Amino acid sequence: MTGDSRQADALLTLEGMTKAYPGVVANDQVSFSILPGEVHALLGENGAGKSTLVKMIYGLVKPDAGQMTLRGESFTPVNPAAARGSGVTMVFQHFSLFDALSVAENISLGMDNPPDRRALSTRIRDVSQAYGLPLDPDRIVGELSAGESQRVEIIRCLLQDPKLLIMDEPTSVLTPQEVDILFETLRKLTAEGTAILYISHKLEEIRSLCEHATVLRLGKVVDTCDPREKSARELAEMMVGDTLHVPFREAATPGPVALSMSGVSMKSPNEFGTNLRNVTLEVRKGEILGVGGVAGNGQDELLAVLSGESRAQSGTIALAGEDIGSLHPNARRARGLLTAPEERLGHSAAPEMSLTENALLTGAVRENLVERGFLRWRRTERFARKVIEEFDVRTPGPDNTAGSLSGGNLQKFVIGREVLQRPEVLVVNQPTWGVDASAAADIRQSLLDLAHHGAAVVVISQDLDELMEIADRFTALNEGRLAEPVPTQGLDVETIGLMMGGVEKETAA
Amino acid sequence: MDLSQINPLLLLASLMVAATPILLAAIGEAVVEKAGVLNLGVEGMMITGAVVGFAIGVNTGSPAMGFVAAAVAGAALSMLFGVLVLYLMSNQVATGLGLTLFGLGLSSLIGKPYEGMKAPSMAKWDIPLLSDIPVLGPILFRHDPMVYVSLIIVTATWYVLTRTRAGLILRGVGENHDAAHALGYKVVRVRLMAIAFGGACAGLGGAYVSLVRVPQWVEGMTAGAGWIALAIVVFASWRPWRVLLGAYLFGGITVLQLNLQAAGAAIPVEILAMSPYVVTILVLVVISLRGQHGAPGSLGRIFHATH
Repeated sequence: MTGDSRQADALLTLEGMTKAYPGVVANDQVSFSILPGEVHALLGENGAGKSTLVKMIYGLVKPDAGQMTLRGESFTPVNPAAARGSGVTMVFQHFSLFDALSVAENISLGMDNPPDRRALSTRIRDVSQAYGLPLDPDRIVGELSAGESQRVEIIRCLLQDPKLLIMDEPTSVLTPQEVDILFETLRKLTAEGTAILYISHKLEEIRSLCEHATVLRLGKVVDTCDPREKSARELAEMMVGDTLHVPFREAATPGPVALSMSGVSMKSPNEFGTNLRNVTLEVRKGEILGVGGVAGNGQDELLAVLSGESRAQSGTIALAGEDIGSLHPNARRARGLLTAPEERLGHSAAPEMSLTENALLTGAVRENLVERGFLRWRRTERFARKVIEEFDVRTPGPDNTAGSLSGGNLQKFVIGREVLQRPEVLVVNQPTWGVDASAAADIRQSLLDLAHHGAAVVVISQDLDELMEIADRFTALNEGRLAEPVPTQGLDVETIGLMMGGVEKETAA
Repeated sequence: MDLSQINPLLLLASLMVAATPILLAAIGEAVVEKAGVLNLGVEGMMITGAVVGFAIGVNTGSPAMGFVAAAVAGAALSMLFGVLVLYLMSNQVATGLGLTLFGLGLSSLIGKPYEGMKAPSMAKWDIPLLSDIPVLGPILFRHDPMVYVSLIIVTATWYVLTRTRAGLILRGVGENHDAAHALGYKVVRVRLMAIAFGGACAGLGGAYVSLVRVPQWVEGMTAGAGWIALAIVVFASWRPWRVLLGAYLFGGITVLQLNLQAAGAAIPVEILAMSPYVVTILVLVVISLRGQHGAPGSLGRIFHATH
C-alpha cells in the first residue's frame, strides 16, 4: 500500500511531529498514519523516541512542531482528558494504577463521565467477560497479579469506546498464557474497527500481531514495513541500523561442580509467593544453566535462597563444596556467589541513589570499597565508571541516579556490576527483561563470556529463545519444583512445554 | 480522694468541648495527608488561628466573626506552606516544622496587646426538645455551635472522601501522584485545595481554644494540641470516624484526669497528665492492628511533573 492511499483512509495521521528536550531531539519530523482496525507497531531501541511520540498523541506532551489529523479533523489534545474525549486511550508501560483503591475506583478515575458505582460495576463485569478478561470490580488493585492489573487498565480504556488504543510494552510483565489472552482481546477489538498502536521489544510478538510497523531511530522515522514478512532479526537490524551482533558461544567442557542445591524446600516470605519444594540442582564451572518456567512459579524465591536473602537449612546449598546454606548475602558475595534479581528499581538498584552509590551496594565486599568502616569513594567511582564504559551504559555519568536511567540501560548497569566483580557463580533473574534487541544481545554475550572464563552461571528467564541461545542445560520451575535439567542442544518444544508444565517426559534427556 | 465529686454527666459533656480543637485540626490534616502532603505545621496554624480568632472576636464582639477570621488565617498560613512545597518543591517535613515555629512567633507578636483580655462569650445552644432528654440531653445537646460544626465537618469529610468523585480524585492524587498526573488530573491544584482546607480546620481548632475553651489569649496556649492531632491522624489510619474516636478519647481522658487531680486521687500528677497521650495511642494502635491501614502511597513525596 502506498503512503498516499494509507493517508487517505487513515484514522490518525501524524505529520512532521517534532519535540526537543534540552540536549536531545526526542522526535524529529515524525510522520506516519494509522488505519482503522490495524495493529500498528512502533519499533525502536530504548531512547529512540517512542514514548515521547505516544505521549504527544495522548496529550501528555505538547509537540514543538507538526500536526495530527484524527478522522479528517485537526487533532491537538491539550491534556489526556481531551485525547480520551476524541477516542484515543492509552495503556501505560508502568501501570498508572492506584494500589490502595478498588478496581472500580481505578477505572472510574480513568473515565471522564463515569456512571454511578453500581452501574459501573455492572459494566466492568459485562465488558470484562465479553473480552475474556474476567475482573472483580470490588477487589483492591494492590492485591492483583501483574496480568490482572493490566486488565484493569485495558478495561478502563475499553469502557470509553476507543478508536485508537495505545499500548506501551503491554506484555513485558505477562506470562505467556496472559499474553495469549491479551492478543485474543486485541484481535476482537481490531475486528470491531479499533486501531492499536503497539510498542514492544518482543519482535516475535510484533510479527504475530501487527500488520504494519514504523521504525524509529534517534527520533526519526527510518523505515516502515509489514512485520509479518520480515524475520525478527531483520526487524532488529532495522531498529539498530546495523547488522545485529548474535551472541557467540564457544564450545567448552564444564569443570567441577561450582554450586549445588540438594533438597531445598522453603516457604515463600511473600504471602502471594510460591514455596520452593525439594529443589535440587548442580551447576558446573564454565556452564550456563537456564531455568525456564512461567512467572510466579518460584523464580523470585529461587533467587532469594541463592542470594542469601532467604536462608535455607544448613547443609543444603554448597558453593565449591563449602556449605553456605546459612550464610548471609555478604558472606556469600565474599565467596564469589553473586546475584542480580529481576526487579531493577527497588531490588537490584536503589532508584534515588547515584550509580556510584549503587555500585558500592553490591561491590563493597569483592571490590574492596570499604576500609575500616569508611567508604572509598574514589575507588567506588572508578568501579562505577568501569561498569558504565564496559557495558555501554548510556548516562551522563556515575553521579546520575539509578532511577534516571532507562530500563535497558539500568539493566546493563546491574548485570555489568555483578559480572565485573568476577563471580565464581552468577545467578540472574530475567537479565534482558524490557531491554531492546542490541542491548539484550550484549548482556547475553557478557554472560557467555563469563561462563567461558570459568564461572558458573544460572539464568532464570521467561524468554525461552534466550535460554535456548545461551544455556548449556535447561530446566524449568513449576509450582516451586525444579525439573531434571536436560542439555539444550536438540531440545524440542514439546519437551520444554512438558517440563514447564511439571510433567517429566519419560524419554527426555 | 472523693470520687463522688466527679459528676459523670458533666464529665461526658465537657469531653466534647475538650476534644473539639484536636478534632478540628486532625480532620483537616487527615484530608491534607490523604492528598499526599505531610504538613507538620498544624501547631503553627492552630496557634495563629487562636490569636487571630481571639483578636477579631474581641474587636468585633462576635465570636462567629472570630472563627471565620481564624479559618481564613489558618488557610492563608497554609498557603505559604503550599507554595513552598508544591511550587518550589521544598522538603515537606522541614517546611512544616518551619511553619510551626513561624506560627508560634507570629502569634505571640499579634497577641501581645490582647493578653489578659476576656473573650466575648459564645451562647450555648439549648437545642429544643433534644436537650430535655434525660441524661443524653445535657451530654449531647447543650453545647456551643462549634461542637456541632466540627461534627458536621467530620461527617462531610467522610462523605466527600468515600462517596464523591472529588474525594476519589483526592485519594487518587495522594495514592499515586504520577498516575493521577498521567490520567490528566491537576495534582498541584488538588493538593493546594486540600492544604487550604487543612489550614482552615487547624485555624478553627485554635480559635476554639482561645474563644471557648479557655477563653482568653495566652502565649503558646495550644500547648502541643497540633502534634496530638498529627499523631491521631496516623493512628486513626487516615479515616474520619477513627479520627473522631481518637480525638474524643483523648478529650475524655484529659477531662477525666483533670477531675481526678481535682479530686485528689492518689496517683502522681505526672502519670495522670500523661495518661491521655498514652491511652489514645494505645487504643488506636490496637484498632489499627487489624485490616488495611496503609499510608497514602505518595505521602510526603515531592511531585515533579516530568514531561
